[in-house]
Amino acid sequence: MSLDLRELYQEVILDHNKRPRNHGRIEGAARTAEGHNPLCGDNVRVYISTEDGKMTDVRFEGSGCAISTASASLMTEAVKGKSFEEAEAIFKEFQQMVTTTGEAVPHPDLGDLEVFAGVREYPVRIKCATLPWHTFRAALQGEEEAVSTE
Amino acid sequence: MTLTVKAPNFEVLRADFPILETVVRGKQLAYLDNAATSQKPQLVIDALDRYWRAQNANVHRGVHYLSQIATSEFDAARVKVQTLLNAASSKEVIFTRGCSESINLVATCLTSGASAKATNGQKTTPCIAEGDEILISTMEHHSNIVPWQMAAERVGATLKVIPISDAGEIDLEAYAGLLSEKTKLVGIVHVSNSLGTVNPIKQMVEMAHAVGALVLVDGAQAGPHLSIDVQDLDADFYTLSCHKIYAPTGVGVLYGKRALLEAMPPYQGGGDMIRTVSFERTTYAELPAKYEAGTPNVAGVIGLGAAIDYLAHLGRWYVGPEKPDMTDREALVVAFGAIHRREAELANEASRLLLEIPGVQINGSAPDKAGIVSFTLDCAHPHDIGTILDSDGIAIRAGHHCCMPLMNRLGVPATARASFAFYNTMNEAERLASGVRKIKEMFS
Repeated sequence: MSLDLRELYQEVILDHNKRPRNHGRIEGAARTAEGHNPLCGDNVRVYISTEDGKMTDVRFEGSGCAISTASASLMTEAVKGKSFEEAEAIFKEFQQMVTTTGEAVPHPDLGDLEVFAGVREYPVRIKCATLPWHTFRAALQGEEEAVSTE
Repeated sequence: MTLTVKAPNFEVLRADFPILETVVRGKQLAYLDNAATSQKPQLVIDALDRYWRAQNANVHRGVHYLSQIATSEFDAARVKVQTLLNAASSKEVIFTRGCSESINLVATCLTSGASAKATNGQKTTPCIAEGDEILISTMEHHSNIVPWQMAAERVGATLKVIPISDAGEIDLEAYAGLLSEKTKLVGIVHVSNSLGTVNPIKQMVEMAHAVGALVLVDGAQAGPHLSIDVQDLDADFYTLSCHKIYAPTGVGVLYGKRALLEAMPPYQGGGDMIRTVSFERTTYAELPAKYEAGTPNVAGVIGLGAAIDYLAHLGRWYVGPEKPDMTDREALVVAFGAIHRREAELANEASRLLLEIPGVQINGSAPDKAGIVSFTLDCAHPHDIGTILDSDGIAIRAGHHCCMPLMNRLGVPATARASFAFYNTMNEAERLASGVRKIKEMFS
């Protein structure tokens, strides 16, 4: 396998694809939203429980490729216990990392999410990595309409 | 016609397709996405180059030198398509932007409210009206679903769906049960782009005609693989996607029986499709101009003519010097027979090797298939398969293949699809399987 490909399919991503964390639904979740990628058929639903402005639990279900499944899994870990503002800041940095071309810069604040840095070399796969995030934000904003990458 | 049975080496034909020499990330390209679009032979590339350099002019308008050359090449291509489809007349061949537009044309014209008045005095106009039924199948491409949905909605007709078996074949018993005097049109794909199934069109047409229904056959995936005879099939309409038949993008064909094309109202209004225009009344041109408003894709159509020439050459090459007097039609029939066998060999070998990998499932196990291997792997999503194979220079398609209802029927969100052309090799089939084996190891 080429080096580029190892950069995309890092061990952490393969692991979270195989054993997604926080996978499943939250019955009676305070907030939920659905996201689709009509080009490839990926779909994800995100559930959020909140208490005092913090997210006490975040879960997801759906079907998608390794990149979108691992992204959803790692996202739930990253935002759990955070405030909405903190989660938004993580999203902004994550989005910048996967969409900025040119020389790679480190994103130490992102923790494990940094494994997605390689996605920016694969333009058609960026939407796979960001779909769970857009769906998460739609849930926070209480959007009823399903999120679409197109 | 009897032919000496022998097996010429198809791999020599690779030299006719310059793009096959492409190196992708240090690996030789293995192009296994032919169902999405085929590559173009040098003969087609040369025809386009010659057209732009030495023949470019508008057609059917000018009296000048270039316009006459362009018009004669353009008209010659129509006759070549007539030969390709064995249509009774070249007037039954309408050029469109693509297979989707061909289907939209029929769906629109059969449900056009203005149809009765607009047909140059024809007595009966075929049309689909309120309460009528349109039948399509579960394995249709979105382009043979959505135009009928839109048409049905426009006039208050009902769209009904013919189910398929687990093997990916039309349920003919259910089809017979769905046909009734209410059925006005059956829209059916000749070869499924997702499964490779070759449908029993002739039989299905006969059954539809028995209840008085018209049949549109979506030939997008049949065109590159099968010898088509619209008269033998007795299809009322037959559509082609020319970029899948080694021709440029942006050209489609609609074949329609002459009486139907004459009776239906025009599709779009504009230049070329009229006989006389006044502000009070317009009369329409004869076939095929009636359905070809505006300047057509002249270069694309000429490129299509060259692609058909190439296929006829292939037939003559396959037979060798023993049959010097073959007609173009005979050469095309030989070519497609040989192509179909060659592609089946490649696809069967790919299927066999893939099935040796635990967790691989092949979608569509009809006995008659056309060069398509649609598969899933238990541990990896089709998109991951597509990306990882690409890093080995292997181009496949991953996704729902514009067949979301079929994916639902199969119970999968998407599949990976390798689709073969005659210029593919056994080595490419082996590279595909070894790539998938690697993915299995990586994701397990």
